[in-house]
Amino acid sequence: MNFNPKILSFFCHWCCYAAADSAGVARYKYPPNNRVVRVMCTGRIDPLFIVEAFRAGADGVLVGG
Amino acid sequence: MEAGRSPNIEIITLAELKELSGKAGHFKAKLFIKPRYVDPQKCTACGLCTTYCPREVIDEYNEGLVYTKAARIDYPQAIPTTYYLDAKACLRMQHESCQLCANVCGPNAIVFDQLPEEREIEVGAVVLTLGFGRIPQEVLEKYGYGKYPDVMTSMEIERMTCASGPTEGEIIRPSDFTHPQRIAFLQCIGSRDVTCDNGYCSSVCCMYAMKEASVVKEHLPEAQIDLFFMDIRTQGKGFDEAFNRAVEKYGFGIIYARVPKIDQVGRKLALTYVTEDGKSHREFYDMVVLSVGLDAPKDAENLASILGIELNHYGFAQTRTSSPLETNVPGIFVAGAFQGPKDIPESVVQAQGVAARCSELLAEVRGEEAILKEFPPEDEELEALEPRVGVFVCHCGVNIASVVDVEDVTRYAANLPGVVHAEDVLYSCSQDALNDLVKKIKEHRLNRVVIAACSPRTHEPLFQETLKEAGLNPALIEMANIRDQCSWVHYFDPQAATAKAKDQVRMAVAKALRLKPLETQKVKVTPSALVIGGGAAGLQAALSIAEQGYEVHLVERERELGGNLRRVTGLLSGEDPQKILETLIKQVESHKRIRVYKETTVENISGYVGNFTSTLRSQAGSEIVNHGVVIIATGGKEHRPALWGLGEEDKILTQLDLEAELAGKASKIARARSIVMIQCVGSRGQDLKYCSKLCCQQAVKNALRLKKRYPKKDVYVLYGNMRTYGFSEDAYREAREAGVIFLRFTPQKRPELIKKGKSLYVKHYDALLGEDLLIPADVLVLSVGIAPGDNEELSKIIKAPLTSDGFFLEAHVKLMPVELAVDGVYVCGLAHGPKPLDETLAQARAAAAKATIPLAKGYVEVAPIVSRVDQQKCIGCGICADLCPYGAIQMIKVGKRKKAETITASCKGCGICASHCPVFAIEMGGFTDEAILAQIEAFGDFAEKESQEEAEKAA
Repeated sequence: MNFNPKILSFFCHWCCYAAADSAGVARYKYPPNNRVVRVMCTGRIDPLFIVEAFRAGADGVLVGG
Repeated sequence: MEAGRSPNIEIITLAELKELSGKAGHFKAKLFIKPRYVDPQKCTACGLCTTYCPREVIDEYNEGLVYTKAARIDYPQAIPTTYYLDAKACLRMQHESCQLCANVCGPNAIVFDQLPEEREIEVGAVVLTLGFGRIPQEVLEKYGYGKYPDVMTSMEIERMTCASGPTEGEIIRPSDFTHPQRIAFLQCIGSRDVTCDNGYCSSVCCMYAMKEASVVKEHLPEAQIDLFFMDIRTQGKGFDEAFNRAVEKYGFGIIYARVPKIDQVGRKLALTYVTEDGKSHREFYDMVVLSVGLDAPKDAENLASILGIELNHYGFAQTRTSSPLETNVPGIFVAGAFQGPKDIPESVVQAQGVAARCSELLAEVRGEEAILKEFPPEDEELEALEPRVGVFVCHCGVNIASVVDVEDVTRYAANLPGVVHAEDVLYSCSQDALNDLVKKIKEHRLNRVVIAACSPRTHEPLFQETLKEAGLNPALIEMANIRDQCSWVHYFDPQAATAKAKDQVRMAVAKALRLKPLETQKVKVTPSALVIGGGAAGLQAALSIAEQGYEVHLVERERELGGNLRRVTGLLSGEDPQKILETLIKQVESHKRIRVYKETTVENISGYVGNFTSTLRSQAGSEIVNHGVVIIATGGKEHRPALWGLGEEDKILTQLDLEAELAGKASKIARARSIVMIQCVGSRGQDLKYCSKLCCQQAVKNALRLKKRYPKKDVYVLYGNMRTYGFSEDAYREAREAGVIFLRFTPQKRPELIKKGKSLYVKHYDALLGEDLLIPADVLVLSVGIAPGDNEELSKIIKAPLTSDGFFLEAHVKLMPVELAVDGVYVCGLAHGPKPLDETLAQARAAAAKATIPLAKGYVEVAPIVSRVDQQKCIGCGICADLCPYGAIQMIKVGKRKKAETITASCKGCGICASHCPVFAIEMGGFTDEAILAQIEAFGDFAEKESQEEAEKAA
């Protein structure tokens, strides 16, 4: 069976979110498995968010900052 | 971006200045504007014209390494974000044959018959920021460029190393598309080269070569890279450290040699050169990178004749040390590389300085023609209703719609809880769609808006403004990014992309339901400045602020103003530094808006941007002053190390001591026959690890002064790397021609002091001879560098960090070079780092420019993303206050308990405090726990649905 992971990504507005935008501008390809939550800084991320993400059914959590 | 969005900056591209009449304060400029053939009002930058344009042309933006189309935008971040047609290549304009772009352009933005335009504008001041030009092709041809394909320029490598560049960051040899294994960087191509009339140093190439080599090495870890230098000129703040780190990390070969010739042997490039020990070498490389210098801008002469400004003998704008931003024509100013080769931080500093200079000139009419947008009052009744969400899903032409099923997403959105209206829009950012958005908000009584389109980074401000126009609080919008992070990257799987778009919309709606109106706070500003330090930097900064119309408190610790500049007695430009200082002091002391406090120190500073209160202490007692901003211009000090017998013998001087001698009778010098100068005494790896930037210029200057006065005396300069960057390279050459003997030493074999009886000698290892030389030193002059002043205490008072070298750390090296991490506090001069006088004066004006912004506004506006402490919940543990990187949380006493409180004016909204609060007492505007948790929960639906589907499939 194909494993099709569900990933929740927390991206920092200033860096990783911007990088994800640039990837789009450059028309890069990546698999459509992630969903993005934008934060103003990864410092905002409470450990609770990560626990909640797994509780909500995420197979992986990506913190980009 | 910011300049592009300001209502008070009109960007006129494709324009040339044809004529300028009038005088400072009242200029009339005639512009000639070439046609763009695309209407910027209509263009949405979707890029369809480029996709369909059949005409390929060489992509000049990418240094000719790839093809682009006749209809194009040079790069996606370009401002204005509007495509253009290259008339010389366009098939329609050349042959009347094609109009594919016009056919596919959704908003009908293509205008083939657009004509050039003439325009006259009235301005008070003119700033010349022409940048730099290219080194001519024939100079590069000497190195085989154009003949051997693998000889490339640094500009080409810059594009090639760019992740969105022509090779997507892959380093390949143009001759055979393989990865080069051995790469040579040759420095000083088209600079420090009198044979091509560019005798000056381009100042930036050593650093950029190191950067490019590092990036190349990241892409090709196995490559061996050698850099060929005459001198390594990494004189900027922190540059030496960065350079050495890179050399160590990447194992670069550093070779001191000027390669005169390159030829191709088989598939390799052969470099023939002689090193310092006199040995000849021939080495083979796969690729050679020419580190090209910065030439004078090519239109400079033409423009100079239109404006009547003087150029120097290299074709750059002529300025003076005392006024580095001014041309000879009043009201016409200059900044950036056109004033002389310089890097980004220096250019930004000059640009900010020139803004202050313009503001001084135009202070009387400040704000007269400024455009301020006005908005209707917020509809509080509507905002108080239960959330009524409107979802707008954007096609972005075909950018989204060709991948994501926009109609399907819209239908899906309409059924989400809380959504009362959903529709799809062709271009949600077009002016008519924005007008329509206002209408729809009113029609459906929407009080939350979700825009599913591109990135909030680029477009949220636009939609926020539209919300304001509709009488809604701008915080009530949420965007779902279904273009940049969905359709553009998942185009290979439209079904999955549509599913992702739905999820992102659902998560956005979930957050939107929890958005609350947020007030943009305005904090009043005390319209005055505190300038700490009365040296050149402080004087210039104080004067500029006062000239711009605001009160200044200038505090000087010593009995007299002037600082270190008092000890400088000559300048390379020939100007008299004491006259410059005298004029500054006179202007400051007689200025009605400046109050000078001598023999006074700053004991304490409390408050935040706009509202500082400081205690000034002098012998007479202490005084309290209120001010809106602080400028730190506390200077540095001459570093007097216990090396080389400094202080033990009166024949051993520092460069500043020598300046005093040269201004007086010079009795010590008169007796001497041989004078030896030693560079980097105590610097660059001795007790100071950094380069003090100005000692090389100072040594050359003093050596020249010595030679002019005493042509018969021997003058030696022993150096590690001669750092006479920019036009001071001329003086270095002049000194050599005048007979000053320059000898290079290596860090491993620094020269030594030898005493024989009463005589002093310097032992120097000469690489060419391969043996030690004993040079008689009747007078020994030490270039001792600049140490930081007593910055530590001040750094604690204002809570702004220092660099590891003890200078104030700017908020951002390139973007915010005079701002500190603490809002409302600025730095200039030696307190920021060692630099020569002209750079200090420009930087002082830059600090003045930045400091005047809050003063001129009269208030500080705080974006509503800041943190807020619920003092009912707060237990006063203080974790947040400790962690806040901006000093934006203070612990206060409420009743008997300690509670945290956000200083909104200083908060940047990062949320570190909120994530660490053990009792969830801190709420982030726009990013509340509740909202983020709702997003996570909404994400859960996706996870659930997917696993159900999988289970079904499995069944």
